[in-house]
Order: sequence, then structure tokens, then C-alpha cells
Amino acid sequence: MYNFIYHKPATLDAALENFAAADDGQFMAGGQTMIPVLKQRLAMPSDVIDLGKVDGLTGIEHTAGTLTIGAMTPHADVASSETVQSAIPALAALAGRIGDPHVRNRGTIGGSIANNDPAADYPAALLGLGATVKTSKREIAADDFFVDLFETALDDGEVITHVSFPVPDAAAYEKLENPASRFALVGVMVARTGNDVRVAVTGAGPCVFRAAEMEQALTADFSPGALDGIAVAADDLNTDIHASAEYRAHLIGVLARRCVTRLA
Amino acid sequence: MPSVSMTVNGKPVSGEVEGRTLLVDFLRETVRLTGTHIGCDTSQCGACTVHVDGRSVKSCAMLALQADGASITTIEGVAPGGPDGELHPMQEAFRDNHGLQCGFCTPGMVMAALALVEKNPDPSEQDVRDGLEGNLCRCTGYQNIVKSILDGAKAMREGA
Repeated sequence: MYNFIYHKPATLDAALENFAAADDGQFMAGGQTMIPVLKQRLAMPSDVIDLGKVDGLTGIEHTAGTLTIGAMTPHADVASSETVQSAIPALAALAGRIGDPHVRNRGTIGGSIANNDPAADYPAALLGLGATVKTSKREIAADDFFVDLFETALDDGEVITHVSFPVPDAAAYEKLENPASRFALVGVMVARTGNDVRVAVTGAGPCVFRAAEMEQALTADFSPGALDGIAVAADDLNTDIHASAEYRAHLIGVLARRCVTRLA
Repeated sequence: MPSVSMTVNGKPVSGEVEGRTLLVDFLRETVRLTGTHIGCDTSQCGACTVHVDGRSVKSCAMLALQADGASITTIEGVAPGGPDGELHPMQEAFRDNHGLQCGFCTPGMVMAALALVEKNPDPSEQDVRDGLEGNLCRCTGYQNIVKSILDGAKAMREGA
């Protein structure tokens, strides 16, 4: 790891000032991806600005059909929160299956979505549930937030403060995980609110995406059979040492059906 | 260099570190507590697991400066009588159940086990296996590690 100047600001304003004053600053949330990245010398920031002690970035609140989670809330807290378990149980379950217990104690929702790993779980939750990302300067819909491989709509020096989820009527998340890393080989989030159905897929492509044809079929008929004959094209999906694009395309159908079976 | 202070196994410690110094390196090289092992250094194996403010953490995936002001427990702080005294019931259970072969992963296994039992005093075998997702044993001695943790949890319940 290259050395850097470490900052531990107590307020969001101070964090933004640290970033502005740095040659090449980098915010750090839980560090569960970033520290390994620094060790591999894949990044060489001049300054690391630790958001761990910034006031007001943690906590979970459920008011008027909206669940709001502070960006620095660790996965373990989301998983064990009775508020999340009662409002969106699928979200608590998803958080409880990220990585391993020790990673869940440090890794945060804000850090996960800012990194936008193509196999991370939270992007599927945000996109599938139609969440809104609140930052130090604006609100960004999940549909606009995840741009491409490890790329988001965040500007330089912009910090995620909260994520708010509209509480759906029902939602389920199913993933086939890599047994070593626990990252999703493919993960599918299905959420239904009234007649509106959203299907988000992670792990399969370079970036989380919505399966539009499945959404239309499930909006017309919310049953596993509605997905019969719908195949997601393998063309734009990932092939790597773990699985081929064709296998991932197949898994999307299997996992989406499992979600709908649980909810229908 | 920045200075860092924390409580380790109940004792205040401090030292000078670089920004990039990992918590595990601070514990081993500055505090001289070498029971916390560095196995993979890629946050996969869990040999470096310690408790930070009561939560299990991979100390190779945390900077020493992030732990400034925190309360840390390492394997050396587990036995009630200190390193030379009586073992903790969970450590005893690992000994009784042959829960270690080479022993390299054991400090992390014990710290993971204690964090698990803290949350779930009466875990099922599956709970234990799920709780060990972040800890690897390359002697592949998982059967006896799981047995040890179930036995240790039982001893802790009975002793409580």
C-alpha cells in the first residue's frame, strides 16, 4: 500500500473541505473494498478521508412508507434491524448475506453502492426497489445512479449521505453466490408495489440492470408462469472463470422465478 | 507521523503509525501481541479477526488510525486469567475437541466464535457454519472446529 495522509473529519462539511484541499483525495466508508484495493496498489490517493466518524451518516428510520438508511450504516445493522425486517424483510435478508460476518460489521451501504461492483448485492436492492440516493448536494434516482462497471453518477467530491427506499407491497431477493467470496454470481431482486413490478439483476452484466421484459410480463400476471419463454440475452453478460454468459442468462430466469414463487 | 491511542485487552496503548498502517500490524509490531495472525492479507481468511468495540473485524482490513479511541480485544485478552492463566471456556473447548491442527487459524476462529455466541448463545450447527463464513482453516479441520464452538457455547451457557 502506498502511503497517504489520513483524515478523520467529524462533520460532512469538514469531510468536503478535506477533499477539496487534497491533491487526489479519496473518501473511505467501511474500507472493506477500498483497503484491499489500496493494498494491491490499484489506487494511489494522496489523502484518504475516513467517513467513519462523520456525524449524521448512520441510522435507520421508517416513516410514511419510506425506509431511510444512513450511508455509513454497516450491513450487520441493516440485517439485524427490526425496522428493516418489518418494513422490507428482503432488504434485511440481502444485507445479512453480503460477504461474511466480519465484513458485514465494517462494510456499509454507502460504500457498496459508491463502488458499484458488478457483483455486489446492494445495487440490485436499490434498483429493484426504486430507491433514491441522497448525497451532499442532491438526490439521485437509482435508475440514474448506477452508470457502468464501477461507475456511478456521483461527481468528484460528492458524498452519499442516505439511501431511501419506498416500502413495496412485497419484495424478494435470490442470489447464487460464489462460495468463496459470497459475491453474487447472479442476484435478482423482484419488488411489487400495486401493479408495478421491478426486476433488477446484479452479478450478470457489467452493471446492475432491470429486466424490462420480465417486468412487463409480471405486471400483466404476477406468477412464475408469466416468466415462461422469457430469456435474457447472453450477449451483454459477463463470462469469467466462474461462469459463462449463457449460464448467467439462465440463472436470471431461475432466480427471478424463485423470487416470484415466494411472493405470488 | 500521526499518533494513535486505543484500549487493547483493557490496557491503554498508543504509538506512532503511518496513514497506511493496518490495525493488525499495529497490534503485532507496536503492541507486540502476535497472537493475531496474518494469514492471507487479502481479507479472506479471518486469521486476523479481533473485536473492535465488541464487533468482530478483520484487522487486516482496517487501518490502525480507524481504530483510534476504540476498545480492542485480541486472543490474548480472552482468557480470564491472562495468557498464563486458565483458558476461556471457548479455548478449552477447542483443546478438548481437537479443534485445531496446525493452529494458525485458531485465534481468528476463537474470536469469530465468541462474536457469534455473544449474539446467539445457543447456536445450531448451521448457525456456527454460517458464522465461520469469514474464517478459513487450511488443515480443513472444520468438523472439529464446529464441534468445538458448539461445545464452547454450551460451556459458556452453563457457566453464565
